[in-house]
Amino acid sequence: MNARDVWITGVGLLTSLGEGGEAHVSALQANAGTLHIDEMTYAPYPIYPLGDVDFGKQIPKKSDQRQMELWQRVGVYASGLALADSGLAHDPVLLSKTNLIVAAGSGGRDTAVDSRILDTMSSTTETELLAKEILPTALRPTLFLAQLSNLLAGNISIVHNVTASSRTFMGEEMAGLAAIENAHRRITSGQGDIFLVGGALNANREDLLLGYELGKNLWAHPYKGVWSRKEKGGGFIPGSAGAFLVLEAREHAEARGRKPYARLCDVVTDCCRRKPGEATRALGSLFDTLDVPEGPLAVMSGASGVEPIASEELEFLQGLDERGYQVAIHAHGSQIGHTVEAHFPAGVGLAALALANGRFFAPSDENWVETEFEGDSLSRVLVTGAGHWRGEGLALLERVE
Amino acid sequence: MERKKQPQHLAKYLDKKGRPLVAVTGMGMVTSLGCGKDENWSKLTSGVSGIRHIARFPTEGLRTAIAGTVDSVPSSSPTAAGRTKSMAAVAATEALTEAGLSQCDFPGPLFLATPPAEIEWPQRRRIYEAAQGSADHGYRRLIAAARAGNFEDIAEENQFVSVADYLAGHFGTKGLPYSVSTACASGATAIQLGVEAIRRGEASAALCIGTDSSVQLEALVRFSLLSALSTRNETPQTASRPFSRGREGFVMAEGAGALVLEDLQAAVQRGATILGLVRGCGEMADDYHRTRSKPDGSAIIGAMRRAIDDACIAPADIDHVNAHGTSTPENDKMEFLSLSAVLGEHLQQTPVSSNKSMIGHTLSAAGAIEAVISLLTIQNGLIPPTINCDEQDPEITMDVVPGVARAARVRNVLSNSFGFGGQNACLVLGAYDASNA
Repeated sequence: MNARDVWITGVGLLTSLGEGGEAHVSALQANAGTLHIDEMTYAPYPIYPLGDVDFGKQIPKKSDQRQMELWQRVGVYASGLALADSGLAHDPVLLSKTNLIVAAGSGGRDTAVDSRILDTMSSTTETELLAKEILPTALRPTLFLAQLSNLLAGNISIVHNVTASSRTFMGEEMAGLAAIENAHRRITSGQGDIFLVGGALNANREDLLLGYELGKNLWAHPYKGVWSRKEKGGGFIPGSAGAFLVLEAREHAEARGRKPYARLCDVVTDCCRRKPGEATRALGSLFDTLDVPEGPLAVMSGASGVEPIASEELEFLQGLDERGYQVAIHAHGSQIGHTVEAHFPAGVGLAALALANGRFFAPSDENWVETEFEGDSLSRVLVTGAGHWRGEGLALLERVE
Repeated sequence: MERKKQPQHLAKYLDKKGRPLVAVTGMGMVTSLGCGKDENWSKLTSGVSGIRHIARFPTEGLRTAIAGTVDSVPSSSPTAAGRTKSMAAVAATEALTEAGLSQCDFPGPLFLATPPAEIEWPQRRRIYEAAQGSADHGYRRLIAAARAGNFEDIAEENQFVSVADYLAGHFGTKGLPYSVSTACASGATAIQLGVEAIRRGEASAALCIGTDSSVQLEALVRFSLLSALSTRNETPQTASRPFSRGREGFVMAEGAGALVLEDLQAAVQRGATILGLVRGCGEMADDYHRTRSKPDGSAIIGAMRRAIDDACIAPADIDHVNAHGTSTPENDKMEFLSLSAVLGEHLQQTPVSSNKSMIGHTLSAAGAIEAVISLLTIQNGLIPPTINCDEQDPEITMDVVPGVARAARVRNVLSNSFGFGGQNACLVLGAYDASNA
């Protein structure tokens, strides 16, 4: 059987830059300056919060909204944007054929409850006894469902009626790589025709900051772009985001008269052990499996700013110059923050928007790592996804004429 | 990962839809009944319960104080993540040994069903205490302590990828390891991912593992707050009572199941012993409610029908159902009604048993563990019983193999897994017959 083409027929983005394709294209095509960063609330850690969102536009029932933590509302909202963008929303027949793949971490804890317990416990050593006495009364019964990783998918099914199948992948950035890769493989092989794929992150969470700071992964200084953090040891700035895509077999899209943003030619992934230099080599080997013609090459980089992986990825990208590619890099993490599970889907979505517009995004960093794309026309974009700790992946997108 | 060209398959190694048949060549398991298939099988077919009082943490005052804990596997750390890794490694080692494959250079990908990662109270407390004398409180103090101190062990276990990363490194699996969560259907989904990868010709082998060690204080409280757990603390071994009149909740349990899946043709060519086939997989998401299924059971019914269709068989070819059978009032009733719709009159001739009556609900691991038990059922021609069903729910009129194991010729087993969030995944496990494969 010949591999089937995979088209991107819907993009749903909700980030600190706003919502929808147009808001993102105009923000990213202008030079930086439109960043929406909060450096105060969790100082010294900056985060990218969302602006005001009227969640009722995508989640009409207040009772549904109440059942969700913010990351779930963000994800359900962005997935609704993608479904509407692809002409699937409110079409029961198509929605019942749509497969769902979500890349997820988990929802926020009740940090007020946690803090109260910790303060009480500091006067005694009976950790578990105290927790036991307090937890049963302090925890909201429904909080568990708002935290559970697969309940973002569950809520998408409930609110938007996506029901063909539902799978949630976990594992930080690797979850996003797995989600896009799995959808691509199932479509090319004929195991599915249409997929809603993506993830969501709420950066406005102290427990999330704690989790990543335990591994010394956060940027704890005033804002700098992802390529300019090395001298202070690197780190990522969490970004709130929902990023969902509709991926569809070309025949299926054509049969219902949909035009694509772009073709998702291939997705390749690996997981090396991250010995020095290993990630650079892994990305290089993955690139060798893609069929990329020499010449100007636009790269949507998922670099987080965490070291040494940011430098290792840059070494791979700059090494492409010697192989006949004139690489123009744009790291979306500088503008929307690092969105972890949602970051690779966001990169693929932004690359698709750029291709549909025929124009790549403007350089956004202060170190001249990023340059203007100098090709005559934008015909393909390489998307990178190197996890802050584990996981390497590349996606290649092509313009559809 | 390197891409292989799809090998040419002889017709006898393809299913009726023309796809490569998927063999199981190695299996391993750990439950509260013990380590390994032998110990588990002998207890499962003798109607032994692994449910007991929780000894891991004090339980006075808790509504539920029982679980199917696994205390027999040494763990690298006293956390759910540590135990989850250790149990998975034990189960996978058993599976790889049976398959006759390398323990450190597995020739395919890892598909892992594992619970979400989280920091537990003793660890949270340790971080908090590290900032003795701090004027800060709550998370501000925790984060400051994290920045100043060294908590690498907690940091790593708090990564959602940590269990998969450990197992991928330990067993030398290839490519990106997948960590999947479809709640209590996760184990079945991990197997489905492996089946799909082999059918696509991407891999000739896949290591599929479901593992879960969630019996920690807060997780127990959370399920308890949802009124999902049995509170029969006085008689733990009778607490899990699927399909019985007096059932009132499930029992949390721990365990791991591992399966080596292989392209049947490749497995036969390398001389592997074929333990059985994964014939079909089916799933359907429910959009009705976060914890309850549609009153008409349509999503559960859809998942079962798709699995049977995917297996290229008819409902009447199902010889036995390894039920989800959690022992909650809602699940068991819905599962019976849905089985009635799918199997029709054939249900009356179909023995249905719930392993959870003995091992409890192993959550993310359940689908994998129960797939292993389904294949053991086929291999041994013996159906494990549903225990604690001395008084069957009069509204559930099917043969639940009450109390005592039963000898039977079993060729195809439907194994059901349903989870919170509208997750439904079903598998059809089948016998392998070399003469007419």
